[in-house]
This record gives sequence, C-alpha cells and structure tokens, in this order.
Amino acid sequence: MSAVNPLKRVSWSPYAAGALIGVLSWFAFLTAGRPLGISSAFVRLVAWIEGLLAPEHVAATPYLAKLKPVFDWEFFLVIGVALGALMASRLGGVRSAERPTGKRIAEAVLGGFFLMIGARIANGCTSGNGISGSLQLALSGWVFFLTIFASGVATAMLFKKEVR
Amino acid sequence: MFDPLPRILLGLLTGFLFGFFLQKGRVSDRRVIVNQFLLRDFTVMKIMMTAILVGGAGVYAMHSAGWVQLSVKPAHLLAIFLGSLIFGPAMVFLGYCPGTAVAAAGEGKRDAWWGLLGMTLGAAVYSEFDAACTRALRAPIDLGQVTLPQLTGVPAAAWFAALALFALLFFRWLDRRAES
Repeated sequence: MSAVNPLKRVSWSPYAAGALIGVLSWFAFLTAGRPLGISSAFVRLVAWIEGLLAPEHVAATPYLAKLKPVFDWEFFLVIGVALGALMASRLGGVRSAERPTGKRIAEAVLGGFFLMIGARIANGCTSGNGISGSLQLALSGWVFFLTIFASGVATAMLFKKEVR
Repeated sequence: MFDPLPRILLGLLTGFLFGFFLQKGRVSDRRVIVNQFLLRDFTVMKIMMTAILVGGAGVYAMHSAGWVQLSVKPAHLLAIFLGSLIFGPAMVFLGYCPGTAVAAAGEGKRDAWWGLLGMTLGAAVYSEFDAACTRALRAPIDLGQVTLPQLTGVPAAAWFAALALFALLFFRWLDRRAES
C-alpha cells in the first residue's frame, strides 16, 4: 500500500488538528505577540466601511476610531483562514454544491447577527476566548467556554433534533 | 491604515494554517458542530481540548522562559456570561462559530456567506452600543486579567495535568464506546 499524501486526505484526526492548532498558537505568540482570534476583525471591517460612508460618525465612536491601523495582523489572519480552508478542501477533493433554502439563509443571517453580538459583549469568540483564553487558563476564557457549551447543548436539544 | 507588510504576511500565513487545520478537522461542516451540541459527535470538543492542552503547555513554558507575554482578557464576568448565553444558541442556529464560518465561506459554502453578512451587521450594531455595554455589563463585575492559577493558587502545570487526565479518560471512554 502506498502512503497517502496527508494533505490529500479528506480529513484528519481531531486530535491531530487540535494539536496543530495548539502549536500554531505558540507561533502566533512568538511571532506576533498575539493569541489567535477572529471576531474583532469584523469590527475592523465595519470601521473601514463606515469610515468610507460616514467618517465623522467613526471619529465620534471611540470603539471604531481606536482601531488603527484598520487592516492589522488579525484582519489578514481572517482572510488567511478562508484561503487555508479553501486549499484544504480542494486538496481533499471536497466541494460543496449545497444551495441554501430561503429558510436556511434567514437562519444563517440571524444566527450570524446574534453570534457577533454575543461575541462582542463577551469580548471574544470561540477562538479568542474559547481556545486562546482557555489555553492561558484565563478565568474569562473558561467562563465563556463552559457557558457556550451549556447554552448550546440546551438549544440544540430543544430545537435542532432533525440534523442527522 | 495597514500594518507593516511583514506583519500582514505573518497574519496571512497564520490564518492560512488555522483555516487549513479547521477544515481538515471537519469543523467547517455545520453538521459536525450541531452534532457536538446534540452530544452525538465530540469532534469539536476533541479539537478544542487538544488545542488548549498543547497550546497552553507551550505558551506557559515560553512565558516562564521569558520569551512571550500572556494576553489575558479581563474577567468581566457578567458581560462574558450574558454574551456567551447569546453566542451558544446563535452558534447552534448558524452552525458555525466566527472562525469556522470564515473557513466554511472560504471553501464555498453559501450558507456561511450569509452568516458572514449577519456577523458584519451584528458587529455594526454592537459598535453603537459598546460604551453602554461597558457601563452596564462590564463595570459591575470586573475581576481584571485574572487566570485560574492566580485565582486559586494552584500552579498552571497542575491545571494542565488535571485537564489532560480528564480529557484522556473522557475521550478514551467515548472512543471505546463508539467502537463497540
């Protein structure tokens, strides 16, 4: 049996993927002085768009005005995530052709909306709080991790039984 | 407006690897995420716990050696608790968290594109209320940038050993049950 190129396998063991993400967090701390995080890049995108449309409003909103430079390490990290996932899926021969229904589109827009509201109130998402916070043994990270897990399980049990 | 070019390239590289690992770990598939919350598939937990243990052991070791500084978010417990109570259910309905939504969108899943639109709108609305949120939700309970070792006096190594033991026993039990 010939060795299969691991990059072409459809998926990896979750332990391997997790360990590699752990090692990647060492790399982020060492080279950028920053932990892995995603959600604040969306605030940067908003600061940029609103800066084009209404610069005086951005100047009057400290939460947006303080984001300088707008396009920082984390913003490009998020672009990299999309590119990396694209490369991984194509190498594995995976291509999604699923066309979302109107109901699914509404669910995704509303879910995304509240996901980001929750992430910003909690000051971080599954990456910034859940992984990066918890791996530093931050109290904030563990409160986030345990609460999203418990509230997510309760929600899924009540509303999402139909998913395979 | 832009970070210096080397830092931008570093961000792109770090993100590329992150997205690659998320996709190969199958968490850019919303069924895997929803099935985690239904307790039918523990892929998400296995990835997160392994990343926390491997990442944490290395980051604490590098911190002890004086190579890196920790970057701990403040424990605004009320805000984090309420934000998480919104985030968990929203993650079930969207089927992705922010990072896995970006990964799924990158590999061409159209529902994730709509999710990114919703996330951007959410960030826009939140930015109008950040100051009020800080006054109402962050100020009441602020324990500062505190870690579990600082809070309890139990050293980091003991926390990681206990978490590793728990993860090992729990996942071994799960994997054996799945085999039989």
